[in-house]
Amino acid sequence: MSAQTEVPTPSLSVPPGEHAGKEEAPRIVPVRRTGRWAAAVAVLLLLAGALVSVVRNKAFQWDVVGAYLTTDSVLRGLGLTLWLTGLVVVLGFALGTVLAVLRLSGNPVLRAVSWGYIWLFRSTPILVQLLFWFNIGALYPQILGVDTVNLLSPIAVAVIGLTLHEAAYAAEVVRGGILSVERGQLEAAQSLGLGPWRRFRRIVLPQAMRSIVPPAGNMLIGTLKGTSIVSIIAVQDLLYSAQLVYHRTYEVIPLLLVATLWYVAITSLLSVGQYYVERHYARGTAGAR
Amino acid sequence: MSATAEPAEEVTGPDAMVEIRSVHKSFGPLEVLRGIDLSVRAGEVTVVLGPSGSGKSTLLRTINHLEKVDQGWINVDGTLVGYRRSGNKLYELREREVLRQRTAIGFVFQNFNLFPHLTVLENVIEAPVAALGRPRKDAVAAAEKLLARVGLADKAGAYPKQLSGGQQQRVAIARALALEPKLLLFDEPTSALDPELVGEVLDVIKDLAHGGTTMIVVTHEIGFAREVADTVVFMDEGRIVEQGPPADVLDHPVQERTRAFLSKVL
Repeated sequence: MSAQTEVPTPSLSVPPGEHAGKEEAPRIVPVRRTGRWAAAVAVLLLLAGALVSVVRNKAFQWDVVGAYLTTDSVLRGLGLTLWLTGLVVVLGFALGTVLAVLRLSGNPVLRAVSWGYIWLFRSTPILVQLLFWFNIGALYPQILGVDTVNLLSPIAVAVIGLTLHEAAYAAEVVRGGILSVERGQLEAAQSLGLGPWRRFRRIVLPQAMRSIVPPAGNMLIGTLKGTSIVSIIAVQDLLYSAQLVYHRTYEVIPLLLVATLWYVAITSLLSVGQYYVERHYARGTAGAR
Repeated sequence: MSATAEPAEEVTGPDAMVEIRSVHKSFGPLEVLRGIDLSVRAGEVTVVLGPSGSGKSTLLRTINHLEKVDQGWINVDGTLVGYRRSGNKLYELREREVLRQRTAIGFVFQNFNLFPHLTVLENVIEAPVAALGRPRKDAVAAAEKLLARVGLADKAGAYPKQLSGGQQQRVAIARALALEPKLLLFDEPTSALDPELVGEVLDVIKDLAHGGTTMIVVTHEIGFAREVADTVVFMDEGRIVEQGPPADVLDHPVQERTRAFLSKVL
């Protein structure tokens, strides 16, 4: 505050225009952000400490991590996690889009059925749903004359269980996207004589995608990690493959780190991909002036 | 109410492009159209004036069946809009047939409603290609001519949001023209524009009017009505209060409500 009192008071009484041309324009001095610097230094020190402890703690067994990171069984598990994620997201969003369209249809019965589906599958934990499908044979020992146990392998149960759950969430994401498109867009398409399918495919959906992609990217990443839940029904995904090794060797932490590193790597790649997908659907808005 | 109105032959003159008879429309308890009768001859420009909430936009939207009428009927070029008559009943048409009818009626919105994710050219060729099944090449050639006509030949590759409001509305007009409609409907085409951009859009509409396009224009631009309209229609509270040549309705209004409205806007 004392700095302000040093300003020569007489100059304040002079009109601003008076000295123009004679004196240089006053220089702007930004405020000192001492707290900001202190906080940054403190956090960096803490991070460095954590890093040192991770590197120096032998129990992490980084050599074991390196040895297992690219072994066949781990890569097979990673492969299963990847295609399971892909399949569940694609099927889930396909079913979810149908549910969203039903939910927005003029037919009250279809609307209610869609609402009921979403309500049911969002109201129960995915773990409970998976165990339920795993034990569906108790309710229906035979389906179309075939033993349910033979028909539904653990992997089939994983695909069905995860997809039905995914679809309920995807439906809400897609519905939100459709609702975000201005009503005038639909009226313009109608007044131009475009049919319902063309209106949806060409006009509504591409604009809805702008609102759909961010939460869908969230869901994709969530699903990638969420597939690890299938390890409880002995499907050999990335996590279960790591578990199989440490059940044999007791190297629990290093193998969990193997799985962690892969999850982080794939998730990071997906985030980069999301950036480009978002940029694609932002066309026509990014250049707004 | 004149519920007995029916599509009678004698009221459909040989050169009537639009025949509106006894049209009623309510939104819930609010009756926004309370018996509208209006004829528009081919090649003529009809300008609809009136205060906000007078029902003029709703009337325009019933002409291409964006709003369904509750009562009465509308003929465009001798065809019932949205319905098929059999005996004394009007059967609602299937969506496919309504869509086909709409391709003969161009509609220009207050907020343009251009498709923001498509380029200007794609906006203009969308309907000819998708709704009329024209070959893309022909549609592109026609679209380029239309864009030149509205003074935007160099903007074919731009996205709508890169254009000014006036330019967007001119694209919207080109898009409506691409279907070669028999009738053009304008719903307050300059109301969403900055004042300095109104002129360029009105110039395009005037140009079309002089070219003999049949059009109905809902607007607040009195000067435009005076210059271009063959008929001025003044609406208030869901009814047509007064209609006639601009010299009569604008300069010597008979009805008190017309006079009160004009004294406020002129």
